[in-house]
Amino acid sequence: MKYAYYPGCSLESTAREYDLSVRAVCSNLGIELTELADWSCCGASSGHSTNRWLAHALAGRNLALAERAGLDIAVACPACYVRLRTTYKEMKDDPRQRDELVNLLDMPYEVKYGTRHLLDIIYHDIGLETLKERLAKPLGGLKLACYYGCYLVRPPAVVAFDDPENPKSMDMLLDALGAEVRDWSGKVDCCGGSLSLSKREIASRLVAEITGMAKRAGAQAIVTACPLCHSNLEVRQVTRGQNRLPIFYFTELIGLAIGIVEARSWLKKHMISPLNLLASHGL
Amino acid sequence: MQYFDRSGQVTYDANFSLKVKEVSRTNIDRCYQCLTCSLSCPVTFAMDYLPNQIIRMVQLGLKQRTLTSSTIWVCADCEACATRCPNDVEIVRLMDVLREMALQESLNEKEKAVAAFHHAFLGNIKRWGRQYELSMLLQLKFKTADFFSDIDLGIKMLLKGKLKLRPPRFRDLRGVRAIFQRIERLAGGERT
Repeated sequence: MKYAYYPGCSLESTAREYDLSVRAVCSNLGIELTELADWSCCGASSGHSTNRWLAHALAGRNLALAERAGLDIAVACPACYVRLRTTYKEMKDDPRQRDELVNLLDMPYEVKYGTRHLLDIIYHDIGLETLKERLAKPLGGLKLACYYGCYLVRPPAVVAFDDPENPKSMDMLLDALGAEVRDWSGKVDCCGGSLSLSKREIASRLVAEITGMAKRAGAQAIVTACPLCHSNLEVRQVTRGQNRLPIFYFTELIGLAIGIVEARSWLKKHMISPLNLLASHGL
Repeated sequence: MQYFDRSGQVTYDANFSLKVKEVSRTNIDRCYQCLTCSLSCPVTFAMDYLPNQIIRMVQLGLKQRTLTSSTIWVCADCEACATRCPNDVEIVRLMDVLREMALQESLNEKEKAVAAFHHAFLGNIKRWGRQYELSMLLQLKFKTADFFSDIDLGIKMLLKGKLKLRPPRFRDLRGVRAIFQRIERLAGGERT
Protein backbone atom coordinates (compact mmCIF):
# COMPACT_ATOMS: atom_id res chain seq x y z
CA MET A 1 0.00 0.00 0.00
CA LYS A 2 2.12 2.86 -1.32
CA TYR A 3 0.99 6.38 -2.18
CA ALA A 4 2.38 9.75 -3.17
CA TYR A 5 1.30 11.88 -0.21
CA TYR A 6 -0.06 15.33 -1.05
CA PRO A 7 -0.35 17.20 2.28
CA GLY A 8 -1.62 20.50 0.87
CA CYS A 9 -0.79 23.95 2.22
CA SER A 10 -2.92 23.90 5.39
CA LEU A 11 -1.13 20.83 6.68
CA GLU A 12 2.14 22.79 6.67
CA SER A 13 0.63 25.56 8.79
CA THR A 14 -2.80 25.83 10.45
CA ALA A 15 -3.25 22.06 10.41
CA ARG A 16 0.21 20.88 11.49
CA GLU A 17 -1.39 18.45 13.92
CA TYR A 18 -3.38 16.87 11.09
CA ASP A 19 -0.16 16.29 9.12
CA LEU A 20 1.64 14.82 12.13
CA SER A 21 -1.27 12.53 12.96
CA VAL A 22 -1.70 11.40 9.34
CA ARG A 23 1.97 10.45 9.04
CA ALA A 24 2.08 8.65 12.40
CA VAL A 25 -1.18 6.75 11.90
CA CYS A 26 -0.37 5.70 8.32
CA SER A 27 3.08 4.47 9.26
CA ASN A 28 1.53 2.54 12.15
CA LEU A 29 -1.15 0.96 9.94
CA GLY A 30 1.25 0.05 7.14
CA ILE A 31 0.21 2.70 4.61
CA GLU A 32 3.45 3.86 2.99
CA LEU A 33 3.35 7.58 2.23
CA THR A 34 6.08 9.23 0.17
CA GLU A 35 5.60 12.99 0.06
CA LEU A 36 5.03 14.11 -3.53
CA ALA A 37 8.30 15.83 -4.45
CA ASP A 38 7.97 19.61 -4.87
CA TRP A 39 4.16 19.63 -4.81
CA SER A 40 2.48 23.01 -5.29
CA CYS A 41 -0.79 24.56 -4.08
CA CYS A 42 -3.90 23.08 -5.76
CA GLY A 43 -5.48 26.54 -6.21
CA ALA A 44 -8.50 25.65 -4.04
CA SER A 45 -11.68 27.76 -4.44
CA SER A 46 -9.74 30.80 -5.58
CA GLY A 47 -8.54 28.98 -8.70
CA HIS A 48 -11.84 27.72 -10.05
CA SER A 49 -13.76 30.81 -8.93
CA THR A 50 -11.67 33.11 -11.07
CA ASN A 51 -10.10 31.17 -13.93
CA ARG A 52 -11.04 27.70 -15.06
CA TRP A 53 -7.76 26.89 -16.81
CA LEU A 54 -5.67 28.19 -13.97
CA ALA A 55 -7.58 25.80 -11.68
CA HIS A 56 -6.84 22.86 -13.98
CA ALA A 57 -3.19 23.82 -14.40
CA LEU A 58 -2.54 24.21 -10.66
CA ALA A 59 -4.14 20.85 -9.88
CA GLY A 60 -2.69 19.29 -13.04
CA ARG A 61 0.91 20.10 -12.13
CA ASN A 62 0.59 17.84 -9.08
CA LEU A 63 -1.18 15.09 -11.02
CA ALA A 64 1.65 15.15 -13.57
CA LEU A 65 4.25 14.93 -10.77
CA ALA A 66 2.51 11.88 -9.29
CA GLU A 67 2.44 10.29 -12.71
CA ARG A 68 6.18 10.87 -13.00
CA ALA A 69 6.57 9.09 -9.63
CA GLY A 70 4.29 6.29 -10.83
CA LEU A 71 2.00 6.46 -7.81
CA ASP A 72 -1.62 7.19 -6.92
CA ILE A 73 -2.03 10.21 -4.69
CA ALA A 74 -3.22 10.04 -1.08
CA VAL A 75 -4.59 13.35 0.13
CA ALA A 76 -5.67 14.60 3.55
CA CYS A 77 -7.46 17.85 2.68
CA PRO A 78 -10.90 17.44 1.05
CA ALA A 79 -10.54 20.79 -0.74
CA CYS A 80 -7.35 19.56 -2.46
CA TYR A 81 -9.03 16.19 -2.98
CA VAL A 82 -11.94 17.63 -4.96
CA ARG A 83 -9.65 19.87 -7.06
CA LEU A 84 -7.29 17.02 -8.03
CA ARG A 85 -10.19 14.70 -8.84
CA THR A 86 -12.11 17.33 -10.80
CA THR A 87 -9.16 17.98 -13.09
CA TYR A 88 -8.47 14.25 -13.43
CA LYS A 89 -12.10 13.58 -14.40
CA GLU A 90 -12.43 16.42 -16.88
CA MET A 91 -9.16 15.46 -18.59
CA LYS A 92 -10.15 11.79 -18.67
CA ASP A 93 -13.55 12.63 -20.18
CA ASP A 94 -12.15 14.84 -22.94
CA PRO A 95 -8.74 14.15 -24.52
CA ARG A 96 -8.72 17.56 -26.29
CA GLN A 97 -8.80 19.25 -22.91
CA ARG A 98 -5.95 17.05 -21.79
CA ASP A 99 -3.87 18.23 -24.74
CA GLU A 100 -4.60 21.81 -23.75
CA LEU A 101 -3.52 21.08 -20.18
CA VAL A 102 -0.28 19.44 -21.33
CA ASN A 103 0.50 22.62 -23.29
CA LEU A 104 -0.20 24.81 -20.29
CA LEU A 105 1.92 22.67 -17.98
CA ASP A 106 4.69 21.91 -20.43
CA MET A 107 4.82 18.51 -18.72
CA PRO A 108 3.71 15.09 -19.98
CA TYR A 109 0.39 13.91 -18.51
CA GLU A 110 -1.52 10.78 -19.51
CA VAL A 111 -4.31 10.86 -16.88
CA LYS A 112 -3.19 7.53 -15.45
CA TYR A 113 -2.98 7.82 -11.67
CA GLY A 114 -5.91 8.50 -9.36
CA THR A 115 -6.34 10.40 -6.10
CA ARG A 116 -7.83 9.00 -2.90
CA HIS A 117 -8.68 10.56 0.43
CA LEU A 118 -7.11 9.03 3.53
CA LEU A 119 -10.51 8.42 5.14
CA ASP A 120 -11.40 6.29 2.11
CA ILE A 121 -8.07 4.43 2.27
CA ILE A 122 -8.23 3.76 6.02
CA TYR A 123 -11.91 2.80 6.00
CA HIS A 124 -11.88 0.58 2.90
CA ASP A 125 -8.33 -0.79 2.69
CA ILE A 126 -7.31 -1.04 6.35
CA GLY A 127 -10.84 -1.77 7.55
CA LEU A 128 -12.67 -1.82 10.84
CA GLU A 129 -11.53 -5.32 11.83
CA THR A 130 -7.84 -4.40 11.65
CA LEU A 131 -8.49 -1.21 13.61
CA LYS A 132 -10.30 -3.16 16.31
CA GLU A 133 -7.37 -5.58 16.55
CA ARG A 134 -5.01 -2.64 17.03
CA LEU A 135 -7.15 -0.97 19.67
CA ALA A 136 -4.98 -0.13 22.68
CA LYS A 137 -7.01 2.60 24.34
CA PRO A 138 -10.73 2.55 23.46
CA LEU A 139 -12.28 6.01 23.27
CA GLY A 140 -14.31 5.44 26.44
CA GLY A 141 -17.73 6.32 25.12
CA LEU A 142 -16.71 9.83 24.05
CA LYS A 143 -19.86 11.31 22.46
CA LEU A 144 -18.93 12.49 18.96
CA ALA A 145 -20.63 14.07 15.97
CA CYS A 146 -18.85 13.07 12.75
CA TYR A 147 -18.76 16.00 10.36
CA TYR A 148 -18.01 15.36 6.67
CA GLY A 149 -18.66 18.82 5.25
CA CYS A 150 -18.72 19.37 1.48
CA TYR A 151 -15.90 17.91 -0.56
CA LEU A 152 -15.60 14.42 0.88
CA VAL A 153 -19.05 13.73 -0.55
CA ARG A 154 -19.77 16.37 -3.21
CA PRO A 155 -20.01 16.55 -6.14
CA PRO A 156 -20.83 12.82 -6.17
CA ALA A 157 -19.84 12.45 -9.82
CA VAL A 158 -16.31 13.49 -8.85
CA VAL A 159 -15.69 12.22 -5.30
CA ALA A 160 -18.19 10.02 -3.42
CA PHE A 161 -16.57 7.02 -1.80
CA ASP A 162 -19.49 7.39 0.61
CA ASP A 163 -23.16 8.37 0.49
CA PRO A 164 -23.47 12.09 -0.46
CA GLU A 165 -26.40 12.76 1.92
CA ASN A 166 -25.79 10.37 4.79
CA PRO A 167 -22.15 9.24 4.79
CA LYS A 168 -21.20 6.69 7.44
CA SER A 169 -17.52 5.76 7.01
CA MET A 170 -16.22 8.10 9.72
CA ASP A 171 -19.11 7.14 12.04
CA MET A 172 -18.33 3.41 11.67
CA LEU A 173 -14.64 4.02 12.13
CA LEU A 174 -15.03 5.93 15.40
CA ASP A 175 -17.66 3.50 16.64
CA ALA A 176 -15.12 0.71 16.11
CA LEU A 177 -12.64 2.71 18.20
CA GLY A 178 -15.00 2.81 21.17
CA ALA A 179 -16.62 6.23 20.81
CA GLU A 180 -20.36 6.81 21.17
CA VAL A 181 -21.19 8.24 17.76
CA ARG A 182 -24.27 10.45 17.69
CA ASP A 183 -26.58 10.52 14.70
CA TRP A 184 -27.27 14.07 13.56
CA SER A 185 -28.43 16.07 10.57
CA GLY A 186 -25.43 18.37 10.14
CA LYS A 187 -23.04 15.79 8.63
CA VAL A 188 -22.79 17.27 5.14
CA ASP A 189 -23.70 20.90 5.81
CA CYS A 190 -21.27 23.58 4.70
CA CYS A 191 -19.30 25.46 7.41
CA GLY A 192 -18.47 28.40 5.11
CA GLY A 193 -14.74 27.72 5.38
CA SER A 194 -13.97 29.34 2.02
CA LEU A 195 -15.47 32.59 3.36
CA SER A 196 -13.78 32.39 6.78
CA LEU A 197 -11.37 35.23 5.95
CA SER A 198 -13.43 37.32 3.55
CA LYS A 199 -16.98 37.11 5.01
CA ARG A 200 -16.51 36.33 8.70
CA GLU A 201 -20.13 36.96 9.66
CA ILE A 202 -21.34 34.29 7.22
CA ALA A 203 -18.79 31.75 8.47
CA SER A 204 -19.68 32.46 12.13
CA ARG A 205 -23.37 31.96 11.48
CA LEU A 206 -22.86 28.62 9.68
CA VAL A 207 -20.47 27.44 12.40
CA ALA A 208 -23.03 28.37 15.08
CA GLU A 209 -25.69 26.33 13.27
CA ILE A 210 -23.43 23.28 12.95
CA THR A 211 -22.12 23.33 16.53
CA GLY A 212 -25.67 23.96 17.80
CA MET A 213 -26.94 20.90 15.93
CA ALA A 214 -24.07 18.78 17.24
CA LYS A 215 -24.77 19.88 20.82
CA ARG A 216 -28.49 19.17 20.49
CA ALA A 217 -27.60 15.67 19.27
CA GLY A 218 -25.69 15.19 22.51
CA ALA A 219 -22.15 15.42 21.12
CA GLN A 220 -19.25 16.56 23.30
CA ALA A 221 -16.98 17.17 20.32
CA ILE A 222 -16.99 17.22 16.53
CA VAL A 223 -14.74 15.06 14.32
CA THR A 224 -13.61 16.21 10.89
CA ALA A 225 -11.32 15.15 8.07
CA CYS A 226 -10.86 18.67 6.68
CA PRO A 227 -8.25 21.26 7.76
CA LEU A 228 -10.41 24.17 6.57
CA CYS A 229 -13.50 22.96 8.46
CA HIS A 230 -11.30 22.33 11.50
CA SER A 231 -9.84 25.80 11.68
CA ASN A 232 -13.13 27.47 10.75
CA LEU A 233 -15.08 25.49 13.37
CA GLU A 234 -12.45 26.37 15.97
CA VAL A 235 -11.90 30.06 15.31
CA ARG A 236 -15.41 31.09 14.25
CA GLN A 237 -17.11 29.44 17.23
CA VAL A 238 -17.96 32.67 18.96
CA THR A 239 -19.35 31.32 22.25
CA ARG A 240 -16.71 31.52 24.94
CA GLY A 241 -15.23 29.15 27.50
CA GLN A 242 -16.79 25.85 28.52
CA ASN A 243 -19.54 25.97 25.94
CA ARG A 244 -17.23 25.57 22.98
CA LEU A 245 -17.02 22.15 21.35
CA PRO A 246 -13.53 20.78 20.77
CA ILE A 247 -12.87 19.73 17.16
CA PHE A 248 -10.80 16.62 16.40
CA TYR A 249 -9.21 15.29 13.24
CA PHE A 250 -10.28 11.68 12.72
CA THR A 251 -6.60 10.67 12.50
CA GLU A 252 -5.90 12.17 15.95
CA LEU A 253 -8.55 9.93 17.49
CA ILE A 254 -7.26 6.87 15.62
CA GLY A 255 -3.78 7.72 16.95
CA LEU A 256 -5.05 8.01 20.52
CA ALA A 257 -7.02 4.77 20.28
CA ILE A 258 -4.25 2.64 18.78
CA GLY A 259 -1.84 3.95 21.42
CA ILE A 260 0.50 6.26 19.51
CA VAL A 261 2.38 8.03 22.30
CA GLU A 262 2.89 11.42 20.67
CA ALA A 263 -0.87 11.82 20.10
CA ARG A 264 -1.19 14.18 23.05
CA SER A 265 1.34 16.58 21.54
CA TRP A 266 -0.88 17.00 18.46
CA LEU A 267 -3.83 18.00 20.62
CA LYS A 268 -1.87 20.78 22.30
CA LYS A 269 -1.93 22.67 19.01
CA HIS A 270 -5.72 23.03 19.05
CA MET A 271 -7.26 26.47 19.54
CA ILE A 272 -10.00 24.84 21.66
CA SER A 273 -8.28 22.41 24.00
CA PRO A 274 -9.84 18.94 24.08
CA LEU A 275 -7.60 17.78 26.96
CA ASN A 276 -10.13 18.28 29.79
CA LEU A 277 -12.79 16.44 27.85
CA LEU A 278 -10.41 13.54 27.20
CA ALA A 279 -9.31 13.47 30.84
CA SER A 280 -12.93 13.18 31.95
CA HIS A 281 -13.11 9.99 29.88
CA GLY A 282 -9.90 8.55 31.25
CA LEU A 283 -7.93 9.39 28.10
CA MET B 1 -29.81 41.12 -29.88
CA GLN B 2 -29.92 43.73 -27.11
CA TYR B 3 -32.64 45.81 -25.41
CA PHE B 4 -31.96 49.02 -23.52
CA ASP B 5 -33.86 50.83 -20.77
CA ARG B 6 -34.38 54.62 -20.75
CA SER B 7 -31.01 55.28 -19.14
CA GLY B 8 -29.31 53.41 -21.93
CA GLN B 9 -28.38 50.40 -19.81
CA VAL B 10 -28.57 47.02 -21.52
CA THR B 11 -31.47 45.11 -19.96
CA TYR B 12 -31.42 42.13 -22.29
CA ASP B 13 -28.40 40.60 -23.95
CA ALA B 14 -28.96 37.38 -25.85
CA ASN B 15 -25.24 36.91 -26.36
CA PHE B 16 -24.72 36.83 -22.61
CA SER B 17 -27.12 33.95 -22.21
CA LEU B 18 -25.55 32.02 -25.09
CA LYS B 19 -21.99 32.66 -23.94
CA VAL B 20 -22.70 31.51 -20.38
CA LYS B 21 -24.35 28.32 -21.62
CA GLU B 22 -21.43 27.60 -23.91
CA VAL B 23 -18.66 28.26 -21.41
CA SER B 24 -20.33 26.61 -18.44
CA ARG B 25 -21.14 23.47 -20.43
CA THR B 26 -24.34 22.97 -18.49
CA ASN B 27 -27.85 23.16 -19.82
CA ILE B 28 -29.53 25.79 -17.67
CA ASP B 29 -32.66 25.60 -19.85
CA ARG B 30 -33.51 22.36 -18.06
CA CYS B 31 -34.22 24.37 -14.88
CA TYR B 32 -37.95 24.24 -14.02
CA GLN B 33 -37.66 26.53 -10.98
CA CYS B 34 -38.32 23.85 -8.36
CA LEU B 35 -36.17 25.82 -5.87
CA THR B 36 -34.28 22.74 -4.67
CA CYS B 37 -31.03 24.66 -5.14
CA SER B 38 -32.16 27.62 -3.07
CA LEU B 39 -33.59 25.40 -0.33
CA SER B 40 -30.28 23.52 -0.17
CA CYS B 41 -28.15 26.65 -0.17
CA PRO B 42 -26.75 27.49 3.29
CA VAL B 43 -25.96 31.14 2.49
CA THR B 44 -29.15 32.52 0.91
CA PHE B 45 -29.52 34.83 3.94
CA ALA B 46 -26.57 36.84 2.61
CA MET B 47 -27.56 36.82 -1.08
CA ASP B 48 -29.38 39.51 -3.06
CA TYR B 49 -30.83 36.93 -5.50
CA LEU B 50 -31.54 33.26 -4.84
CA PRO B 51 -29.63 30.70 -6.93
CA ASN B 52 -32.77 29.76 -8.90
CA GLN B 53 -33.29 33.46 -9.65
CA ILE B 54 -29.73 33.73 -10.96
CA ILE B 55 -30.46 30.86 -13.37
CA ARG B 56 -33.60 32.64 -14.58
CA MET B 57 -31.70 35.93 -14.94
CA VAL B 58 -29.10 34.23 -17.14
CA GLN B 59 -31.84 32.67 -19.26
CA LEU B 60 -33.37 36.13 -19.68
CA GLY B 61 -30.04 37.67 -20.66
CA LEU B 62 -29.97 40.06 -17.69
CA LYS B 63 -26.22 40.46 -17.85
CA GLN B 64 -25.65 43.58 -15.80
CA ARG B 65 -27.93 42.51 -12.96
CA THR B 66 -26.40 39.02 -12.83
CA LEU B 67 -22.75 40.02 -12.95
CA THR B 68 -23.12 42.78 -10.35
CA SER B 69 -25.02 40.56 -7.90
CA SER B 70 -23.53 39.66 -4.55
CA THR B 71 -24.90 36.11 -4.89
CA ILE B 72 -22.13 34.94 -7.22
CA TRP B 73 -19.48 35.90 -4.61
CA VAL B 74 -21.36 34.83 -1.51
CA CYS B 75 -21.80 31.32 -2.99
CA ALA B 76 -19.42 29.16 -0.93
CA ASP B 77 -19.08 26.44 -3.63
CA CYS B 78 -20.47 23.83 -1.25
CA GLU B 79 -22.08 21.92 -4.17
CA ALA B 80 -25.27 21.12 -2.23
CA CYS B 81 -27.38 22.75 -4.98
CA ALA B 82 -25.81 20.87 -7.88
CA THR B 83 -25.83 17.57 -5.97
CA ARG B 84 -29.57 17.83 -5.34
CA CYS B 85 -30.70 19.45 -8.63
CA PRO B 86 -33.14 17.01 -10.28
CA ASN B 87 -32.16 18.30 -13.72
CA ASP B 88 -28.37 18.10 -13.40
CA VAL B 89 -27.81 21.82 -13.73
CA GLU B 90 -24.19 22.39 -12.71
CA ILE B 91 -24.88 25.46 -10.63
CA VAL B 92 -21.41 25.87 -9.13
CA ARG B 93 -19.87 25.66 -12.58
CA LEU B 94 -22.36 28.34 -13.63
CA MET B 95 -21.29 30.51 -10.67
CA ASP B 96 -17.63 30.00 -11.64
CA VAL B 97 -18.31 31.27 -15.16
CA LEU B 98 -20.26 34.26 -13.85
CA ARG B 99 -17.49 35.17 -11.40
CA GLU B 100 -14.87 34.90 -14.11
CA MET B 101 -16.95 37.15 -16.42
CA ALA B 102 -17.62 39.68 -13.64
CA LEU B 103 -13.87 39.98 -13.03
CA GLN B 104 -13.05 40.26 -16.73
CA GLU B 105 -15.59 43.05 -17.17
CA SER B 106 -14.77 44.72 -13.83
CA LEU B 107 -18.38 44.42 -12.72
CA ASN B 108 -17.76 43.15 -9.19
CA GLU B 109 -18.89 46.09 -7.06
CA LYS B 110 -20.55 44.60 -4.00
CA GLU B 111 -18.28 41.85 -2.76
CA LYS B 112 -14.77 43.15 -3.22
CA ALA B 113 -13.43 41.39 -0.11
CA VAL B 114 -14.11 37.95 -1.59
CA ALA B 115 -12.39 38.78 -4.86
CA ALA B 116 -9.51 40.37 -2.91
CA PHE B 117 -9.08 37.12 -1.01
CA HIS B 118 -8.94 35.09 -4.24
CA HIS B 119 -6.44 37.53 -5.68
CA ALA B 120 -4.18 37.38 -2.62
CA PHE B 121 -4.46 33.59 -2.49
CA LEU B 122 -3.47 33.11 -6.13
CA GLY B 123 -0.77 35.79 -5.92
CA ASN B 124 0.76 33.76 -3.11
CA ILE B 125 0.98 30.67 -5.30
CA LYS B 126 2.67 32.65 -8.04
CA ARG B 127 5.15 34.08 -5.57
CA TRP B 128 5.88 31.05 -3.36
CA GLY B 129 4.44 27.96 -5.10
CA ARG B 130 2.44 27.16 -1.98
CA GLN B 131 0.46 29.22 0.50
CA TYR B 132 2.54 31.34 2.83
CA GLU B 133 -0.22 32.39 5.20
CA LEU B 134 1.54 35.31 6.87
CA SER B 135 2.32 36.94 3.55
CA MET B 136 -1.20 36.25 2.26
CA LEU B 137 -2.88 37.68 5.39
CA LEU B 138 -0.80 40.84 5.26
CA GLN B 139 -1.57 41.34 1.60
CA LEU B 140 -5.25 40.85 2.30
CA LYS B 141 -5.18 43.36 5.16
CA PHE B 142 -3.66 46.01 2.91
CA LYS B 143 -6.08 45.27 0.08
CA THR B 144 -9.17 45.54 2.24
CA ALA B 145 -7.72 48.25 4.55
CA ASP B 146 -8.88 46.11 7.46
CA PHE B 147 -5.92 45.97 9.83
CA PHE B 148 -7.38 45.08 13.19
CA SER B 149 -9.79 42.18 12.81
CA ASP B 150 -8.52 38.78 13.94
CA ILE B 151 -5.23 40.19 15.26
CA ASP B 152 -5.67 38.36 18.59
CA LEU B 153 -6.43 35.20 16.65
CA GLY B 154 -3.33 35.60 14.48
CA ILE B 155 -1.10 36.02 17.53
CA LYS B 156 -2.59 32.95 19.20
CA MET B 157 -2.04 30.91 16.03
CA LEU B 158 1.55 32.09 15.78
CA LEU B 159 2.17 31.03 19.38
CA LYS B 160 0.64 27.61 18.66
CA GLY B 161 3.01 27.19 15.71
CA LYS B 162 0.08 27.28 13.28
CA LEU B 163 1.47 30.03 11.06
CA LYS B 164 4.90 29.34 9.65
CA LEU B 165 7.36 32.19 9.93
CA ARG B 166 9.55 31.16 7.04
CA PRO B 167 8.35 30.91 3.44
CA PRO B 168 7.45 27.44 2.16
CA ARG B 169 10.30 25.35 0.84
CA PHE B 170 9.46 25.07 -2.82
CA ARG B 171 11.92 24.70 -5.67
CA ASP B 172 10.27 24.90 -9.08
CA LEU B 173 9.13 28.53 -8.89
CA ARG B 174 10.18 29.09 -12.47
CA GLY B 175 7.84 26.29 -13.59
CA VAL B 176 4.89 27.61 -11.60
CA ARG B 177 5.39 31.17 -12.82
CA ALA B 178 5.59 29.93 -16.41
CA ILE B 179 2.19 28.30 -15.92
CA PHE B 180 0.74 31.62 -14.71
CA GLN B 181 2.25 33.41 -17.71
CA ARG B 182 0.73 30.93 -20.16
CA ILE B 183 -2.67 31.37 -18.46
CA GLU B 184 -2.36 35.15 -18.68
CA ARG B 185 -1.55 34.93 -22.39
CA LEU B 186 -4.57 32.67 -22.88
CA ALA B 187 -6.87 35.13 -21.06
CA GLY B 188 -5.44 38.04 -23.06
CA GLY B 189 -6.14 36.20 -26.30
CA GLU B 190 -9.72 35.52 -25.33
CA ARG B 191 -10.51 39.11 -24.58
CA THR B 192 -9.26 40.54 -27.87
